[in-house]
Amino acid sequence: MATETYPRKVTYCGVCTLPPEYCEFGGTTKKCEEWLEQNHPDMHAKLYSQETIEQNLSALSLEAQKRAEKDSQKKAAKAVAAEARAQEQRASSKILIKRIERNKRKYVTAVQGLEAFGLDIKKVAKDFGKKFATGSSVTKIPGGGEEITVQGDLSDDIYDYVVETYKDIPEDNVECIEDKKKKAAG
Amino acid sequence: MFKKDITPGAKTKVKSSAQRGIRTKILDTYPLLTPYIEDILPKKEQLDLIKLPDRVSLYTLGTTPLFFQHMDDALMPHLALVHRYPGCFARLRIDRGAIRFVLSGATLMTPGLTSAGGRLPGDPEDAEGRYGREDLEPGTVVVIEAEGKENACMVGVLKAGTAEMKKVKKGQACEAGHYLGDGLWALNLG
Repeated sequence: MATETYPRKVTYCGVCTLPPEYCEFGGTTKKCEEWLEQNHPDMHAKLYSQETIEQNLSALSLEAQKRAEKDSQKKAAKAVAAEARAQEQRASSKILIKRIERNKRKYVTAVQGLEAFGLDIKKVAKDFGKKFATGSSVTKIPGGGEEITVQGDLSDDIYDYVVETYKDIPEDNVECIEDKKKKAAG
Repeated sequence: MFKKDITPGAKTKVKSSAQRGIRTKILDTYPLLTPYIEDILPKKEQLDLIKLPDRVSLYTLGTTPLFFQHMDDALMPHLALVHRYPGCFARLRIDRGAIRFVLSGATLMTPGLTSAGGRLPGDPEDAEGRYGREDLEPGTVVVIEAEGKENACMVGVLKAGTAEMKKVKKGQACEAGHYLGDGLWALNLG
């Protein structure tokens, strides 16, 4: 061990972010295993060989094994449930793009609900500002939570931009709303 | 400490004088890091300080987390750092049965260390001295490795001296500071 050179390179699992040898405790073992097989076949062969598994099992007493088994099952179920919930929330949550009249001919555009898709709204706000060359900020809304406020009437542009850049957001989940008066023809 | 997912607070640059202070403190606490300090914390680089909930501050270099600190307690290494320089910290080993408890954030109990699969300093089966020879005092920052695994799974502060542990073989051994998969580990420093 003393001959090891530092810094050591450590591979982390792409699914659960732990070092692959700890995947078995993470609850998403199946997926981790598949990931490892695809990305680091040599490591996969080492960690998931029959021999290692048997060795792991023999290290514990029978009773402890059973308990560990139960525990890991519970954990796996939990992880699955959490993922399902997240997905459902993702499917049901909507991004609202609102045009708000500020002063007769002047508008601001408010974008809500981006955080439900795992986006960092501060960063997105910055991107909006850069893309449209306007002021763009994150503001708190009275009901709790935050939204992005962009200066100017950009609701259609933002709609296109969001659909275009964030591919994992289904287009149906993005909605434009006109606050107050209708837009003049078109 | 980081059982729940955490949201990082403001990121600020560390003053170069404070940075020097941190550097000497790191070397004081972990003298074994001396040969690598230039790699870990180059003199010219700008350290960042990220405030975390519960008065914890995290020192990072760009997007790599290095050390974290609760108020003015000892600086503790982030596990990503431990994985890169495993030999530079005081290490203990737990048996296989204890891993799952540690990974769910439990306080480490002594039997996990004293049983056949565990290793304390001066263990007769540890011929090469990987886990040290001298007993550790309570309050020492230790890295917890696991039986049959290469990488460490936890960083914590000893609650009881290792000499006492060997005698009593009961009770809490090490407070869970930072473990694999906790909020600090999951923290994204993009």
